[in-house]
Amino acid sequence: MTVPGAWYLVLAAVLFGIGATGLLVRRNVLVMFMCIELMLNAVNLTFVTFARLLDDIGGQASVFFVLVVAAAEVVVGLAIIVAMFRRRAAATADEIHILKG
Amino acid sequence: MGSVGTVGSVAASTLGFPILTVIVFLPLGGAILTALVPASDDGLARRVGLLAAVAEVGFVAYLLVAFKPVAGFQFVSQQPWIGSFGIAWKVGVDGISLFLVAVSALLFLVAMAGPPLRGSARAFMTWMLLLEAACIGAFLSMDLFLFFVMFEVTLVPAYFLVAGWGGPRRNYAAMKFFIYTFAGSAFFFVALLSLVFLTAPAHHGHATFDLITLTRLAGGLPHADQVLIFAGFAVGFAVKAPLVPFHSWLPDAYTEASTGGSMVLAGVMFALGGYGILRLGVFILPRGASDLAPVLLTLAVVGITYGAVVTIMQRDLKRLVAYSAIVSVAFVVLGEFAFSAQGVAGGVLQMVNESLTIGALFYMVGVVAERRGALRFSELGGIQKSAPILAAVFLAVVLSAVGLPGLNGFVSEFLVLAGTFVTHRWWAVVATTAIITGVIYFLWAYQRVFHGPARAANAAVREMSWGEIAAVAPLLAGIAFLGVYPAPLLDRLTPSVDHLLAHVQSADPAAHVPRISGGALSYSVPADQNVDSGLQTPAGAGATAAPVGAGAPAGAGSGAASSASAVPAAPSGGTR
Amino acid sequence: MDAAYAILALPLLGTAILLFGGRRTGDPASGWIATAMAVGSFVATVVVWASLLGHSAASRTVHKGLFTWIPVGSLHVSFGLQLDPLSLTWALFSSGVGSLITLYSIGYMKGDSSYGRFFFYMNLFLFSMLVLVLADSYLFSFVGWEGVGYCSYGLIGFWFERNSAAVAAKKAFVTNRIGDFGFMIALFMMFGHFHSFNYSTVLAPLASGRLTLAGATATGLALMLFLGAVGKSAQIPLYMWLPDAMEGPTPVSALIHAATMVTAGVYLVARSAPILHFSPSAQWVVASIGAATALLAATIACGQDDIKRVLAYSTISQLGYMFLGEGSGDYGAGIFHTVMHAFFKALLFLGAGAVIHALHDEQDMKKMGGLWKYLPVSSWTFLAGFLALSAIPPFDGFWSKDAILAAAWHKSPALWAVGVVTAALTAYYMSRQFVLVFGGKARWVDRAAEHGAAGHEAGGHAGGRPHEAPPVMTVPLVILAVGSTVGWLMNAPFAGLNFLERWLAPVFPARIAPSFAVATGTKWAIGTVATAFAILGLVAGLSAWRRTAERPALEPAVLAHAWYIDETVSAAASGPLARLASGVSFGVDAGLVDGLVNGVGRLAAQSGRQLRRFQTGYVRNYALGIGIGAAAILAYLATRMGG
Repeated sequence: MTVPGAWYLVLAAVLFGIGATGLLVRRNVLVMFMCIELMLNAVNLTFVTFARLLDDIGGQASVFFVLVVAAAEVVVGLAIIVAMFRRRAAATADEIHILKG
Repeated sequence: MGSVGTVGSVAASTLGFPILTVIVFLPLGGAILTALVPASDDGLARRVGLLAAVAEVGFVAYLLVAFKPVAGFQFVSQQPWIGSFGIAWKVGVDGISLFLVAVSALLFLVAMAGPPLRGSARAFMTWMLLLEAACIGAFLSMDLFLFFVMFEVTLVPAYFLVAGWGGPRRNYAAMKFFIYTFAGSAFFFVALLSLVFLTAPAHHGHATFDLITLTRLAGGLPHADQVLIFAGFAVGFAVKAPLVPFHSWLPDAYTEASTGGSMVLAGVMFALGGYGILRLGVFILPRGASDLAPVLLTLAVVGITYGAVVTIMQRDLKRLVAYSAIVSVAFVVLGEFAFSAQGVAGGVLQMVNESLTIGALFYMVGVVAERRGALRFSELGGIQKSAPILAAVFLAVVLSAVGLPGLNGFVSEFLVLAGTFVTHRWWAVVATTAIITGVIYFLWAYQRVFHGPARAANAAVREMSWGEIAAVAPLLAGIAFLGVYPAPLLDRLTPSVDHLLAHVQSADPAAHVPRISGGALSYSVPADQNVDSGLQTPAGAGATAAPVGAGAPAGAGSGAASSASAVPAAPSGGTR
Repeated sequence: MDAAYAILALPLLGTAILLFGGRRTGDPASGWIATAMAVGSFVATVVVWASLLGHSAASRTVHKGLFTWIPVGSLHVSFGLQLDPLSLTWALFSSGVGSLITLYSIGYMKGDSSYGRFFFYMNLFLFSMLVLVLADSYLFSFVGWEGVGYCSYGLIGFWFERNSAAVAAKKAFVTNRIGDFGFMIALFMMFGHFHSFNYSTVLAPLASGRLTLAGATATGLALMLFLGAVGKSAQIPLYMWLPDAMEGPTPVSALIHAATMVTAGVYLVARSAPILHFSPSAQWVVASIGAATALLAATIACGQDDIKRVLAYSTISQLGYMFLGEGSGDYGAGIFHTVMHAFFKALLFLGAGAVIHALHDEQDMKKMGGLWKYLPVSSWTFLAGFLALSAIPPFDGFWSKDAILAAAWHKSPALWAVGVVTAALTAYYMSRQFVLVFGGKARWVDRAAEHGAAGHEAGGHAGGRPHEAPPVMTVPLVILAVGSTVGWLMNAPFAGLNFLERWLAPVFPARIAPSFAVATGTKWAIGTVATAFAILGLVAGLSAWRRTAERPALEPAVLAHAWYIDETVSAAASGPLARLASGVSFGVDAGLVDGLVNGVGRLAAQSGRQLRRFQTGYVRNYALGIGIGAAAILAYLATRMGG
């Protein structure tokens, strides 16, 4: 039996919503970072779904781009987070607002 | 090489040796070498820098000798650069750019060798050489992209020269100068890109930045486009020159810069504006130029009168000299947009003269500043008593600036005004008031600095040293030579000017361009611009008996007819 | 005829020597070098004149090319000389009087700290003046015209430590430039019209009748040229600089501001006679300005106390006569008066210089008097100059002024009347000057005793009684006095002695300067009336001032202040005009134009300050912003697609 395409999309939307909510309400930088990853993967899922439904390879190709960018992002982001943790014990996102205008 | 036998044709003197490329790269190489000298050895850096500047003067001197007095570009050398966008390294020299290059090389040498340096000689020499390379590169460019790059690159060394070695408000002045000029360049850049992309369809869909090709293509653009693109050019160059009302960066930048910086800023960089508007604006877009000429002429006349009034009231010697530059630059624009051979030649000559005169003026102001510290008139006076040679040299330069016949300033001023008078009479009449106001502000300034009783520190001012006299001597020699015998320069300049005007005339037959021909009597002044139709030959005396009557179409009020028939047979056939 | 080049080359050589070596040659070698060059130039001029006399009258115009100056298209300006009777007349008296005054200066400037600079300017002036008159084109003449203006500037401000001298020098230059404005406009008009500035191209066809000029063109050209002449020759309304120019050393006043430079305007008008011919209205303007200036300046001269300022106003007045003559159509008379005036006014100034020298820089006539017995040579020579200027027969001034008055009578009796009244005033103020300086009681004794030390102008004479100047100064006085007494013989209106008139005739053919016949009886009447007026003025002056130096009723403040004209102009220039310029400079330029530019900068900074509030630094705020933005875009797209 095949799962209808709509289910995948609903799942992706739910995942995205969880990620977005988490990003907005959590203070822990690491958790926020994971929420971003969740959102990215929700988008990946959408891409793949549509690629399958529309029979267009472009969607899958985009997923690769996103994966690469996400990997790079993880590298840079984690490095920043680690560097931050070294400086102050418990870092929440709200404490880091030196870029305030 | 895109040389069609028309506007901007390449005169057939291609040396095997790419002398122009060398002339552009020599100061650049000098700058790199100077930068590589260890920071501890300022003396060596100074020597290396000066050596490069001297070598540059040598090459330019050779260029002057080898240049043939004909129209068109010479010594052209071309290398592909960014081929897919139609961008090339293409340099060439014609009569209009030749002497700007020459006077720039000279002035840079004097500005580097003359004034004593505070701070790092290495950095100063590097920035100066970089600026020299960019300025001369812009004068020689035959590719608009190359021109734009050079034009913009000048800002970087100029910024550092003002901010690094200037007076107390140098940062403010440098930043204002940079942002203002850059903003002007934005108009220039947009206009440039529009020109390139709009002409591309006519060029097999390929964009090209080549000056001559664009000149040929631009005539095919819709009239309104030509006017708009020219307007964009004009704004960019009007800021650079600067033309009133875009001048307000000038007094700060010229005043705050160090002596050497002021000399090249006021003596060379302004000419980028005056040269650019002629080479790019008038040359490529003659219809736009002739449409907007009244606007520019009016701005020039406003600059001459308004600038003079503002200059008169200045309370500081250096600031006064800075403001006086506004008036001189306005003369350049006035002459260029008079569209008569005398006016345009006078405008170009005015740039050369302005380089010599204002360069020497800023140098002498520096000499005074070094001795007295302050330059406010209230603290100066009576210096002639203790330093008569200083006073005499200063007076000589001032007299050149006020246009005393026998010195260089008069020749160009006279050419500009006479050339403007035949095409735009009332503009010229108003502009002629500059000979009165110029005397007021310069001689009043001279009087307040050198005349009167010497009080306090003014009573014991050190006389000019031999070194200082030697530094200013080349400029004085140029001032005297071009005043007494400008013919060698004009002989090389006029073929190019005639060529340019022929181009303008062919593009816009309605433009008031006096007819060009070898004969002595060749003006076709339009009826509405003529003095009046007063030259009549009395019956019976016979027209042939009148030497003046021969070529003067003014008689019998045939001005309009002769204007229409004034399309020259000059070598401008297939421009479009 | 290569002597023609020497006329210019010698003063130029002297200029160069004194420019680069003037401090080394020093006192008195610099003076002798300058004098030698001036005399050499004069000799060369005489040689050229003699050779021109060898030509027939019609072919006395010789061109000497020099080199091409400005070649641009149809404008082709060459430097060249035109030797003709008119230019030679000016060259002769300029170099001749110039030589004498340079010689005189050797003694007068003795001991001055800038001795070399003075003679540098003297030679440069002579060179420029000769360029002015010998040039073959208006533009080349303009070069000399500006050159003499510059020398005048340098020499008026020679004692630059005095503020008054520095201001006077600048005032002279600026006022001259107002006139030059007219000259330049005239040059442009000439270029637009004739495509040439050459006398031979512009004037010769007009003079010979091959071309005519429309009235409007001729009037415009003539008036613009005349504006130049008005500036240079100190006529209304540009005369104010000349009295102030007396700040310069007295030989300068004699040479530049009396004998030569100020007559350049007269030369220019005479040269432009073919243009004036086509504009009767311009001729009227020239004659009227001349007559008005003559009268105005003469009234002012009556109320001056400074010995040099009296002579300065007198010069303005006499220049007015010259223009009156020219405007009336008798160029010969104007030129005759110019030459005569060069003699006697140079003489008077040099005599005044001798007096000033003897009294250690005293210039106030009220503090002079009784000098007759102390300065015999100066007194006798001054007397000759005084009688010549007052037009007492048979001295020079009588003959030349008579010729002018005859021409004025022919033009209009009103002009003639002004001329005659001015003649009476002239005799009055000159006799006043003469008795105040040389006659009456000595009013200088006290002062000489008090200030025994020598003034810096004359240099090292001890105090005490005034004594006669050294021979180097008195010789020129004597020569000029002889010239003032018998110089008129060069153009006497009888016995075929009218050499000058015949010499000048080729320059002013009857076509452009129609000769007019004044009946012999009228001539005698004019001469008699003028002489009667002159004697009247003379007697009035002598009787009024012989016994006393204080007659306030005859010296109203309004005359001493020159009708307050200069004061009014100065007040306007330093008051409302300066305020206006100041407002433009600091209000409009610094405030408005620069303010707009800086306003753009401030606008950017201000908007930045407001917008930075959105940058809270909290990541969730940014995330929320992104979310809202994304939702808004989606909503927009949805409605678009739905619609």
